[in-house]
Amino acid sequence: MVDTAIGREPIAPAEAGEVELYHPHSWITKYVFSQDAKIIAIQYSLTAMAIGLVALVLSWLTRWQLAFPGTLSFIDPSQYLQYITMHGMIMVVYLLTALFLGGFGNYLIPLMVGARDMAFPYLNMLSYWTYLLAVLVLVASFFVPGGPTGAGWTLYPPQSILPGTPGYEWGIILMLASLIIFIIGFTMGGLNYVVTVLQGRARGMTLMRMPLTIWGIFTATVLALLAFPALFVGAVMMLFDRVLGTSFFMPSLVSMGEQLQYGGGSPILFQHLFWFFGHPEVYIVALPAFGIVSDLISTHARRNIFGYRMMVWAIVAIGVLSFVVWAHHMYVSGMNPWFGFFFATTTLIIAIPTAIKVYNWVLTLWHGDIHLTIPMLFALAFIVTFVNGGLTGLFLGNVVVDVPLSDTMFVVAHFHMVMGVAPIFVIFGALYHWYPKVTGRMLNEWLGQLHFWVTFIGAYAIFFPMHYLGLLGMPRRYHEIGQTSFVPESAQNLNVFITIAALTVGAVQLVFLFNLFWSLRYGRASGGNPWRATTLEWQTPETPPPHGNWGKELPVVYRWAYDYNVPGAKEDFLPQNQPPDWGTG
Amino acid sequence: MDLCATGSAAFPGSTDRRFDAYLQLQAEVDGMPIVLALVLIAVGSVLFHFLSPWWWTPIASNWGYIDTTLIITFWITGTVFVAVVLFTAYCVYRFRHGTAERPHYEPENKKLEWTLTIATAVGVVAMLAPGLFVWRQFVTVPDEATDVEIVGQQWGWSFRLPGGDGRLGTSDIRHITAENPLGLNPNDARAKDDVVIASDDLHLMIGKPVKVLLRSTDVLHNFYVPEFRGKMDMVPGSVTYFWLTPTRTGTFDILCAELCGVGHPQMRGAVVVEDKASYEAWLGKQQTFAEATQRLKTTKTDSTPDGSSARN
Repeated sequence: MVDTAIGREPIAPAEAGEVELYHPHSWITKYVFSQDAKIIAIQYSLTAMAIGLVALVLSWLTRWQLAFPGTLSFIDPSQYLQYITMHGMIMVVYLLTALFLGGFGNYLIPLMVGARDMAFPYLNMLSYWTYLLAVLVLVASFFVPGGPTGAGWTLYPPQSILPGTPGYEWGIILMLASLIIFIIGFTMGGLNYVVTVLQGRARGMTLMRMPLTIWGIFTATVLALLAFPALFVGAVMMLFDRVLGTSFFMPSLVSMGEQLQYGGGSPILFQHLFWFFGHPEVYIVALPAFGIVSDLISTHARRNIFGYRMMVWAIVAIGVLSFVVWAHHMYVSGMNPWFGFFFATTTLIIAIPTAIKVYNWVLTLWHGDIHLTIPMLFALAFIVTFVNGGLTGLFLGNVVVDVPLSDTMFVVAHFHMVMGVAPIFVIFGALYHWYPKVTGRMLNEWLGQLHFWVTFIGAYAIFFPMHYLGLLGMPRRYHEIGQTSFVPESAQNLNVFITIAALTVGAVQLVFLFNLFWSLRYGRASGGNPWRATTLEWQTPETPPPHGNWGKELPVVYRWAYDYNVPGAKEDFLPQNQPPDWGTG
Repeated sequence: MDLCATGSAAFPGSTDRRFDAYLQLQAEVDGMPIVLALVLIAVGSVLFHFLSPWWWTPIASNWGYIDTTLIITFWITGTVFVAVVLFTAYCVYRFRHGTAERPHYEPENKKLEWTLTIATAVGVVAMLAPGLFVWRQFVTVPDEATDVEIVGQQWGWSFRLPGGDGRLGTSDIRHITAENPLGLNPNDARAKDDVVIASDDLHLMIGKPVKVLLRSTDVLHNFYVPEFRGKMDMVPGSVTYFWLTPTRTGTFDILCAELCGVGHPQMRGAVVVEDKASYEAWLGKQQTFAEATQRLKTTKTDSTPDGSSARN
C-alpha cells in the first residue's frame, strides 16, 4: 500500500535546532544579490525567459527562410546555420534546463519539502550570477567578428572549429566558454537542490510522501550532476583543440586545400561525450515536466495520482536507463555498427517505464472530477504531444528504422514535439498554477484561454506534418532544399503552412508575456490556496511567502501529497500538514 | 463547515471562501471544446497520414525490410496514439466537473498496472525483434559485395572503384595534393589500377551488391541517397561502411546528411544505376589512377610527397 495512511509514519522529533537564516539588510541584498531561493528562482526564470525570447525570434527567422527562401536579404546560408545553432542551444540548455531546475527547482523545493530555504543559500546566489554570466557570454557571441557559431547545436568537430563553418573564429570559443561557465553555475545550484531534498525536509516528509514534482526535479538534478561533466570535458578539450592546437578530436585532415597540423584525434569521441551528456539532458528536461504535470493533473482532477509508487520508480528507472542509451543518437555516425543491438534494446526498454507514466496520468483523470482550468488544459495538451513525440522516438530508437530517418526533418519534428513542445506545455501549465503563490494574483483567464488554444493547436500543426517532410527524405539543417528528384513541389506548400503556424504560435507567446506583467497589477487576488491543493507550498501563512517561508513554526507532515476526495472527509482535499483527527472524523 | 473555520485559523493563507466563486466560474467552463479538439487530433492525424501526398520516395535498393519495419512501427504506434488520445478525450467528457459522482479514491491498482506494463512490453518486442533481425542483415556484408569508395570533401563527392585486381589501394590524408585529391598512395601497386572519378556521376550495376566504403578528407559528411534507405557518416581519420544492392535503374540524387559547413545543402552528386552492359561500357571509358597521374606528369612536375603510413 502507498504510505497514505494517516499517522502510520511516526513523526520523529527534530534532530537539530534551526539555524538562523541570513537576513538581508538592504534592498540590494534582498532583491538583487539575494540568498532567498524564491528570489533566485524569479531571477533564473526571468533571465531564462529573456534569452528564450531571443531563441523564439531566431526560430521565426529560420521558419521564414524555409517557407520563403531568399525573401529576407540578410538571411544567407551562414546566418541560417547560426540561427538554428543558437536557437537549439539556447532552448535546451539556457532556457529549459535553467527554467526547470534553476526556476521551478529553486522556488518549489524548499516550499514543497517544508524547508526555510536551500541548504546553502550563498552558493545558491552564486549559482544564479554564474548562470547570468554564461548567458551574457553567449549573447556576446552575436557581436564578435564572424558572429556566433553555426556548427549546429551538437557542435560536432572537426567542422565546428574549422573554416567553412560560420563563427569558427570567435563564436565557437565563446559558445564553449559559456557552456563551461553554465556548468560551473549549475553544479553550485544542483548540489543545493540535492542536499536540500535529502536533508532539508520537514518532519514527517518521508521520501515516499514527497510530491512527484520534487521527485522529478530531484532525479533530474542528480542526472544533470552526473551528465554535465561529460559535456564539460568535451567543451574543454575542444577549446584546447581550437585555441592551443591540441588534437583531442582532430585527425589529420585537409581543410580548404591546406594540410593542417592536427593528427591522431577522434571526432567520434566528441560525439560520445556529447551524447553521454545529451541523452540524459532530454530527461533533465522531461523528468521535472513529468513530476509537475502529475501534480497538475492530480490537483485539477481532484483525485489522487494513480499508482504513486510506480510513478516514483518509473522516474528513477528512466533516470538510470537514460545513461545507457546515448549512442542511439549515433547509429549512422560510423561507430561500430554492432553497438546498434545494445543501444536499440536499451532505448526501447525505456519506453516501458515511460508508458507507465502516461497510463497513470490518464488513469488519474479516470473517475476524477476534472476542472478544466488553464493548468489542466495544458496538462492535457502535454499528454497528447508527449505521447506523439514519445511514440516517434520508437522509430528513431529502433536502429534500422532510424537509418532512413536519421538527419532528416523527422528527427527535428520528433525532438521538438517530445522535448520542446511537451515540456513547454508543462512550463505554461505550471506558471498558471503557481503564479498565484508567487504574486498573490491569478493570471487573466481570458488571455489564458487565448494563449492555450492558439499554442496547443498551432504547435501540433507545426510539428505533426513536419514528420512527413522527413519521411520524404528532406534533410535537416538545409536553408533550402533546392532541386531534387524526390521532394515534390507540394512540399513547399507544407513548409509555408508550418511557417504560418509557427509565426502565429510565436505571436501568441507575446500575449502570455503581457498577461504575466498585466496580472501582476490587475490580476484577481488569489488568496493562499486558490486551487485547494494539498501540497505544503499552498499552506504557507502568507502569500507570497516571505523570506524563511513558514513564519515561526516549520510545518509537520502527516500524509502524502494526494489526499483528494478521501472517503469520509468533508473537504475534497486534505493538506499534507493537516493532523489526522481533522476532517476525517 | 467547522473544518473550514479551524482551517482558516490554523492556516491563514489557505482556502479562501471568497475564492469559491472563482472556482465555480472555472467549473462552468464548457468541457466540450477540449474534448472535440482531442478527438479531432486523433482522427485528423490518421486522416493526414493516409490522405496527404507526402510519403517516402520509391525504394531502389534491397532494403525493403527497412520499409516493412517502419510500417509495422507506424501501425503499432499509431494504434497506441489514437487509443490514448481518444481515451483521454472520453475521460474528460465523462468525468468533467459537474457531471456526477464523487471521484474514486484509489491510490493504486496492482493488477491493472501490471497488465498495462506487460502489454507495453509485448508491443515493444513486436517492434524491436524485426528491427534487430533486419539490423543483423544491415551489418553483415555479403562476401560477393564489391568495394566502392566514396569520398566527401567540402563540398563535393568523389568516387573510386577497384581496378582489374579487384582491390582498392591504400590512401592517406598526407598524400593529398591538387593532382591526387583522394590521397592515394602513389607507391602502392594496388592503387595504380584504381578508377578515380573526381567530377562525374557514380555508376552502379543493378543487382550487384556493393560495400560502400566511406572516407572524408576534412569534416564529417554523410552519404545519403534517399532511394537506397541506407546512410552513413563519413569521418575523417577512419573508413566507415554499409552495403546495399541496387534494385532499380535510374539516376538518383546524392545528398550530404551531416552538417559540414555553409556549403552543406549544395553538396550534391548523382548515382546512376544501370544494367551490366551500360555499366561496363561506362567503366571502360574511365581513367585509372596511373593513367591520370601519367597524363598530369606530361604537363607538369609531380609534387606528390613521399608518405610512409598507409591505411585502408
